[in-house]
Amino acid sequence: MWSGIGADLGDRPRKRGGMHLFCVLPLLLYAAPARADAPLGYLSGAGPRNVSNLTWGVLTISILVVLIITGVLLFAIFARRNRISSESSNERELVSRAGNPVAVIYAGLVLSTLVLFGVTIWTMMTLADIAAPPSAPKVTIEVTGHEWWWEVRYIGDDPSQTFVTANEIHIPVGEPVAIKLRSADVIHSFWVPALSGKTDTIPGQTNTTWILADRAGTFRGQCTEYCGLQHAHMGFQVIASSKEKFEAWRQAQLRVASEKSGASPGQRVFMQKCAVCHTIRGTRAGGRVGPDLTHLMTRGTIAADTLPNRVGYLSGWIADPQHVKPGSKMPRLNIDGEDLAQVRNYLETLD
Amino acid sequence: MTEIEYDRVPNVADESHGSELSARLRSLWESKPGVYGWFATVDHKTLGIRYIVTAFIFLGLGGIEALIMRIQLAQPNEHVLSPEQYNQLFTMHGITMILWYSLPILTGFSVYLQPLLLGCRDMALPRLNAFTYWVFLFSGIFLYASFLIGAAPDAGWFNYVPLASIEQNPGPNIDFYAMANIFLGISTTLGGINFIVTILRFRAPGMSINRLPIMSWGTLTISVASVLSIPAVSLAFFLLWMDRHFGTHFFDPATGGQPLLWQHLFWLWGHPWVYIIVLPALSMVSQALPVCCRRPLVAYSLVALATVLTMVLGFGVWLHHMFATGLPTMALALFSAVSILIAIPSAVSLFAWLATIWTGRPDFSTTFYFFAGFIVVFVIGGVSGFMTGSVPVDWQLTDTYFVVAHIHYVLIGWNLFAVLGALYHWFPKMSGRMLDEKLGKISFWFVFIGFNVGFFPMHITGLLGMPRRVYTYSADMGWSTLNLISSIGAFVLAIGLLITLFNIVRSRRLGQLAGPNPWDADTLEWSTTSPPPPYNFLVIPTVASRSPLWEDRLGEKRASTPERGFALDHGKETLGTTMLDAVPDVIVKMPEDSLAPLLLSLALAVLFTTMMLEAWWWLGASIVAILIITMVWLWPRRNLGEIEGSTS
Repeated sequence: MWSGIGADLGDRPRKRGGMHLFCVLPLLLYAAPARADAPLGYLSGAGPRNVSNLTWGVLTISILVVLIITGVLLFAIFARRNRISSESSNERELVSRAGNPVAVIYAGLVLSTLVLFGVTIWTMMTLADIAAPPSAPKVTIEVTGHEWWWEVRYIGDDPSQTFVTANEIHIPVGEPVAIKLRSADVIHSFWVPALSGKTDTIPGQTNTTWILADRAGTFRGQCTEYCGLQHAHMGFQVIASSKEKFEAWRQAQLRVASEKSGASPGQRVFMQKCAVCHTIRGTRAGGRVGPDLTHLMTRGTIAADTLPNRVGYLSGWIADPQHVKPGSKMPRLNIDGEDLAQVRNYLETLD
Repeated sequence: MTEIEYDRVPNVADESHGSELSARLRSLWESKPGVYGWFATVDHKTLGIRYIVTAFIFLGLGGIEALIMRIQLAQPNEHVLSPEQYNQLFTMHGITMILWYSLPILTGFSVYLQPLLLGCRDMALPRLNAFTYWVFLFSGIFLYASFLIGAAPDAGWFNYVPLASIEQNPGPNIDFYAMANIFLGISTTLGGINFIVTILRFRAPGMSINRLPIMSWGTLTISVASVLSIPAVSLAFFLLWMDRHFGTHFFDPATGGQPLLWQHLFWLWGHPWVYIIVLPALSMVSQALPVCCRRPLVAYSLVALATVLTMVLGFGVWLHHMFATGLPTMALALFSAVSILIAIPSAVSLFAWLATIWTGRPDFSTTFYFFAGFIVVFVIGGVSGFMTGSVPVDWQLTDTYFVVAHIHYVLIGWNLFAVLGALYHWFPKMSGRMLDEKLGKISFWFVFIGFNVGFFPMHITGLLGMPRRVYTYSADMGWSTLNLISSIGAFVLAIGLLITLFNIVRSRRLGQLAGPNPWDADTLEWSTTSPPPPYNFLVIPTVASRSPLWEDRLGEKRASTPERGFALDHGKETLGTTMLDAVPDVIVKMPEDSLAPLLLSLALAVLFTTMMLEAWWWLGASIVAILIITMVWLWPRRNLGEIEGSTS
């Protein structure tokens, strides 16, 4: 019952439960209606435990401080108050220097200093722990923030092992994965709440971070540095799966687009209208402005985790991107009924 | 104003000289009636009230912007606003509240109260005081002119490049912010200098530095900090203007510029600024809370030291706004430690307030209600700041609604609650009439409940991962109910503020008459009439303790003499004293009313407009105008003793 916030608390709930029961209760009052599902919640994740322990720790200290101070304040006002009768004007003029509470202030000061130094040390230890991954990452992914989507490039040992996808990052469970962060335009911030904190993508520099999922699952990610009109719709997904599944996915992504569609009418429309911005490996389409669509149909969502990748949504998105994401860099191309159906049919072959 | 050593020994007067002396002083100090007097006045009391009214108008504008945003966010996938409109609104809301409300409201109280607290007849530099007000007003009008052409700033109040660069943001939106910010910086810097001189040199004789009213400590501290920190942000905006208009590359990575340079320059000012806009509010609480509690402030020296120490440390924490930018771990560790430990001096003030209430006999006035509420929200805003100071935790919390909750607990909690308490406390001094206590308490409950219902849930929304600055969100994120609660709270808070506004309008005419000292308070401003005469004090008071009006009742020898002192009636005069001991030093000749401050501010407004429009001929003309007006303003005058051979 105490795990009202966020999703599953992972594998050690009982041990931490007692300690946090106290601080979760007041939050629960507010969070209860919203508890059903919060995909971007992070109080319980699948990343490094020491960070969530620290978060719970400072949260507990904070709530205790608020309760103690509020208690002292209420006691000072009500219990100790030497009531002044408002009728008698002389009473009101009474002024005194009663008590000598400076010693109490010093005591409070020493106590809070000890707590604050303790938290500082705890912070430093946690920071040292997570500054580098526990073992050398075997997978390196370069993630580039664009207005308003994510380019994802898997860096292989040689160029033939390198490929590009978008808005969906697949990782193997239990292994640290290195993330190199770049930006194509403005500052964005890479955040997968369940797996790690935020790191900004800044033009002109490459930041690095790492993620590690200790269980399989789909984790939502989101841009968290305000980046303009569609900052709200700049999500992505991290899909952690077993090593074998990950490897199979990687091999599939390395292939060029399947040829079964051949020179379909849909492909012709795509080359005319879409290929300037989008790449489909194995075809003439080589645009670098928008996401790589080579294996579009393997992805769960479109438009940077804005819509599910289903036929209806896909058609709607192609027909009028500006309706779904006003200001999006994908223009409205006036692709009419028949062309639209053909392009969509062609895209549906990209698996 | 030049200070001249006179050989004159000023005559001493007391209340027996009352009517004759007051008539003479009134004729010297009172602004002329009519339009000229209205625009030319340099009276700090008039200017202080104008500051307060103008800042509250900006609070209203920022508040309306917030309410519109809360309607948009009340439910998922709302279409009340387009993304463009939402981005302009949240940007203007932040800029308005942080720059054009938070400090100006405190400056207003300080401009009104400091000379009265210190026992002098005006601010040290009265014309500069008028000038800083007009610049504040015109810079705000300049900023809001952007709405008229539908191009308000839209890159957030911290205006990160490259989002604010000419390539990404070709319209005039960012230029409005850049110019208005530099423009306002002139007001804040010069205002700071004015406060420093006033507080260090214009104290009543005997008010040695250890007897300085605690509120003056807050103002003095942040004035020094303003002067030191504002150059960083003015420079940042100037460089951005150069990048945008002349193709320089300070922030453009493609040509060797550095986007992070912007963030360093901005936060080098931005974090000290957070303390600048709260410390005077805290010091107003430290000043007025003891009056409510019928005892002097506990641990005055510790509180004064803590105020200064907070500000000093406040200059060493700016990097905590940049924890996620990929900085070296060692730098993160250092700034994280300072960000956590800065809580220690804040705790000192908190404990001092609690001890003052504990050992005092609180009078349940509206002021006390607001201050008690203030202490609760102060602690909540403080601990959430402590949480974000811890780097690994901040990596999760930053740029989510948790931070939105935190800044509102700091800016509304630490600033607005203190300001409202101070308003109920000092309104009788300013207007001569009491605010209605019943309405005040109703207003308090609306504000307190509305604020907490509106902003406490944002902590949870943030913990559930809602990013800042999103114009909408989808229903499957688990944020819908919390956002609806926040929106309802925001409107309740707004109703509470409207009740106080109604109270002000009504009490100005119908309120009970206050008399000189309705709260039986201890400091000099309560020794003169309400509202004070144009010359503040009939005679320059002499001070012998921190609570000059309470001495006899605190069992001390009554040594302060507010009713007997130097008359200084040979023209507009007040007394300058030495910095530490406040020994009488010079008679200062004060300038009369003048239109120069207003005209110079107008010329500056033209200058900044031309800089934005690249209208170079007009720019040249406005510079010439500025030089001429400055020359007229500063032309040496015999009656100020600025020309040799002048007599008093």
